[in-house]
Amino acid sequence: MEYSAGKYDVIVVGGGHAGCEAGLAAARMGCKTLVVSLNISNIALMPCNPSVGGPAKGQLVREIDALGGEIGLNTDRAALQMRMLNTGKGPAVHALRAQADKTVYQMNMKSVLENQPNLDVKQVLVERLVVKNGRVAGVIGSTGAVFSAEAVILTTGTYLKGRIIIGDLAYPGGPSGNPNSITLSEHLSALGFSLLRFKTGTPARVDRHSIDFSKMSEQPGDEKLLNFSYVTKVKEREQISCWLTYTNDETHRIIRENLHRSPLYSGFIKGTGPRYCPSIEDKVVRFAERPGHQVFIEPEGRDTTEMYVQGMSTSLPEDVQLAMLRTLPGMEKVEIMRTGYAIEYDALDPTQLKLSLETKMIAGLFSAGQINGTSGYEEAAAQGLMAGLNAALHVKSREPLILSRSDAYIGVLIDDLVTKGTNEPYRLMTSRAEYRLLLRHDNADRRLTEKGFGVGLVDEHRYKLLEKKKQIIMGEIERLKVAMVPVTEKTKAILERKKSTPLQQSIPMEILLRRPEIDYMDLMDMESGNAENLPEEIRDAVEIEVKYEGYIKKQMAMVEKFERLESKKIPQDINYLDMKGVSTEAAQKLDRIRPESIGQAARISGVSPADISVLLIHLEQKRRLAEVKA
Amino acid sequence: MIYDTIAAISTPVGEGGIGIVRTSGDDTLQIINKIFKSPSGENWYRGSHRLYYGHIVNPADGRIIDEVLMSVMMAPHTYTRENVAEINCHGGMVPLLEVLKVVLSSGARQALPGEFTKRAFLNGRLDLNQAESVIDIIRAKTGSSLKVAMNQLRGDLSDKIRHIQDQMLGMLAELEAAIDFPEDEVEERKSSAMISNAASVMAQLDELIESAETGRIYREGIRTVIAGRPNVGKSSLLNALLRENRAIVTEVPGTTRDIIEEMLNIKGIPLRLIDTAGIRRTEDYVEKIGVQKTRESLESADMVLLVVDVINGFTDEDRDIVAKFKAKKIIVIINKIDLDGDILIDLNDLPVVNISAKTGEGLSLLEDKIMEVALADGAGLPEAVTVSNVRHQTAIKEARISMEDFNGALKSGLTADLSSIELRSAWESLGEITGSTVTEDLLDRIFTDFCIGK
Repeated sequence: MEYSAGKYDVIVVGGGHAGCEAGLAAARMGCKTLVVSLNISNIALMPCNPSVGGPAKGQLVREIDALGGEIGLNTDRAALQMRMLNTGKGPAVHALRAQADKTVYQMNMKSVLENQPNLDVKQVLVERLVVKNGRVAGVIGSTGAVFSAEAVILTTGTYLKGRIIIGDLAYPGGPSGNPNSITLSEHLSALGFSLLRFKTGTPARVDRHSIDFSKMSEQPGDEKLLNFSYVTKVKEREQISCWLTYTNDETHRIIRENLHRSPLYSGFIKGTGPRYCPSIEDKVVRFAERPGHQVFIEPEGRDTTEMYVQGMSTSLPEDVQLAMLRTLPGMEKVEIMRTGYAIEYDALDPTQLKLSLETKMIAGLFSAGQINGTSGYEEAAAQGLMAGLNAALHVKSREPLILSRSDAYIGVLIDDLVTKGTNEPYRLMTSRAEYRLLLRHDNADRRLTEKGFGVGLVDEHRYKLLEKKKQIIMGEIERLKVAMVPVTEKTKAILERKKSTPLQQSIPMEILLRRPEIDYMDLMDMESGNAENLPEEIRDAVEIEVKYEGYIKKQMAMVEKFERLESKKIPQDINYLDMKGVSTEAAQKLDRIRPESIGQAARISGVSPADISVLLIHLEQKRRLAEVKA
Repeated sequence: MIYDTIAAISTPVGEGGIGIVRTSGDDTLQIINKIFKSPSGENWYRGSHRLYYGHIVNPADGRIIDEVLMSVMMAPHTYTRENVAEINCHGGMVPLLEVLKVVLSSGARQALPGEFTKRAFLNGRLDLNQAESVIDIIRAKTGSSLKVAMNQLRGDLSDKIRHIQDQMLGMLAELEAAIDFPEDEVEERKSSAMISNAASVMAQLDELIESAETGRIYREGIRTVIAGRPNVGKSSLLNALLRENRAIVTEVPGTTRDIIEEMLNIKGIPLRLIDTAGIRRTEDYVEKIGVQKTRESLESADMVLLVVDVINGFTDEDRDIVAKFKAKKIIVIINKIDLDGDILIDLNDLPVVNISAKTGEGLSLLEDKIMEVALADGAGLPEAVTVSNVRHQTAIKEARISMEDFNGALKSGLTADLSSIELRSAWESLGEITGSTVTEDLLDRIFTDFCIGK
């Protein structure tokens, strides 16, 4: 029997990485918020790899942190090791990556949620939404509990009609032995949403005691203490290593001989899998000439002997999994603790969403994370944060916060999803960003914290700290423009050591810093500690801003051009299907996507520059007609 | 005004020597200043809505391109309500295109079809009920120019561009894969190998730039060879088309022993008309050489005017020519219709025109037919071809500049986050020609070339 179980501003359905950020953001913005999960022991579960960050994903984590989200802080607390990747490829693509203790990560995040004011956590299996007059009004659980709310955020991950596949064995289920959710998926179809069917997978977990690490090479973290969050309190960390080994001919032979038992090749799996995350059987078939593929053995936590076998994601049968793992050097006697599996699940076609992540069809209904066709904890968390804060703004009848492609990787991610859709689980990559030089790891706070403050997600103290940091950076850059390099023996020696051309006369420090071989610390050495010792993040920021000035200016000019089109808004009541002069294909796509600006319209595939010209004429015509009427 | 500055040739191209290059946008004056040289020196500008005399020069080498009269009209009282300049050129087709090119390389963007009119409307210059006709203009012009642009790109040029793009993409995929998947085993070529690959791409772009200079057709005309058996009236036809006595015409078969070439403009289409020695088996040594040269001319022809006469009709030799050069555009001309005779020709779909070179009968029909055949695949269409040509050249040159910057970045050891920007923009410049966008192609390439994934 249905009964009224409570009234909220915002309800989040799902307690994964998207759900946690969504719930926290809404509650922190003052909304009475409920996070429900079908199993609250699994809040913030990391069902796949035990790592956070990497190229583009690391930038996402920094951006979420800059906006007042939790994933950065929580990863810092749970980290087993951290490494800065891509250090040789330039500051624009520096990427922080952490190995995390899964249990610590989960427990900490759960505790943050439980202790967040305005936030309730409940175990509920949501089966239906309450929709009245095209607006969402709440959710109904399997026990008949009806929770009402002005905004609902779906963050159901891979649970919708989840189906686990191990070789020729398949059964309904969610990740990591959890139940799936059938009814909600069917309900969404009935409401008129179009669903995608995707597939992803995870490798086996093995017992640390059964591995001989002496036959593998050690992969330690960076010695320097690194953290994701700009406001982290973590001051020290005892790091744990990962281990590297390789597949070989014998591994590949076993895989080839058992390919017919792989559901991917037998056609047993129908969902679309991600290209960037191929199974080991895929790699062996597609790159048959390679003698070996790397396999990383990564700890799942400090207090567990479970190890993650990265690079061996598979849906082969259990006996084949064991046989192939035992061919790896150091794994001859390995014991599997959890079997690898593939999972198929339903996702919403993300082109049904607005840039705010609200569905176009039902007002107040938002969705975020894997349900939107993405993969990755970071991608999920980023959408969760944006859906949570936009749901809160919706409740407060305020305009949504939209980050553009030039503001943040978050903007690239959401615009790609909403404008172009996706036909495989979407992963963010730095090569998807047009303005990569501007969207750096080091400046996420300078790009976004002010926006977080504007919507009430970042507190004033943090905002003021940032303003101060900005001033110090600017001040130091200005100082370097006028301060002259002292022409001393010391300077001469430093230049010689760095194989840099000697100075004939003194020049401003800034000019010298532009030389690729000279870094900020060299300048400080030349000045012999004239400047007060600035913190490292300030020094890095100054160095990047000075060295990259020309390139940054070039990209800023491109952004300015880009923003002209973004700022040209399209009214949402426009009728594309009757629009004369727009090609039929373009009209249909424009009608489905309903772009919010001319810039977004131009990014839809199948919409030509001529279609955009015609659209502009129509908009102008409409505007003038309205003017005439007024 | 939020628009960039655009430029285009705004008069019908081809017929007549005068044409106008028009620009519109904020930067008009800045752009003009880079390329306009006035006898009154640097401070030539005396105000809006005036006509200025001077020369357009190529800013790269200071070479004079054309003597011009230029009107400068500042916003808002102009057609587009933006700053407008109209450069009246006098030197014919080639200088007109050259002027457009320097305008483009000085900061303007080639206007899209109907773009001037579109701006006029958006800026309130045209009234509301003209909106529909603006849309019609955009649609109509886009349709025809797209078709021609595609035709232009078919074959050789597009193959070359795609081949170059493919090499760029290979390098880019490598840089990007290494950035996005630092822990996967992405095999990166050595920096020295990357530099030499970049240099090779640059050389290929140079080749394209050279061969594409304004298009051979507009520099040299459509190579049109007049061929046929001796004494069917090939030279008479040449004279008739030229309306002068250029070739010696006699009653004696085999009079023309050398090749005669003349430039001719038919309805705006430039032709390089080549009269040849008649083809027949001969023992005369000099004539034999002539016949050999004729065959060579035919090999390099864009169009063949195959002349027969009503007296001898269509012979085996003529049939040989049709069979051998069927890939060329061929028009069969039946000459001497002023004489008695009647021939029937069944040549599948080959166009046939009856004329009398002597009386001039049928000549204007022939001219129409020449234009029709020349335009059949768009290759000779003056306006659209030249416009797309200039756009292609501009894009290829931009790609070349970006490649040079990329090469420079590699040599000075700049990091991949910077060097990749140049390579990417080189690819994107060519993408403007082939109509492809980089992100999806790049991701496909990364996943094809490299074994990525955890």
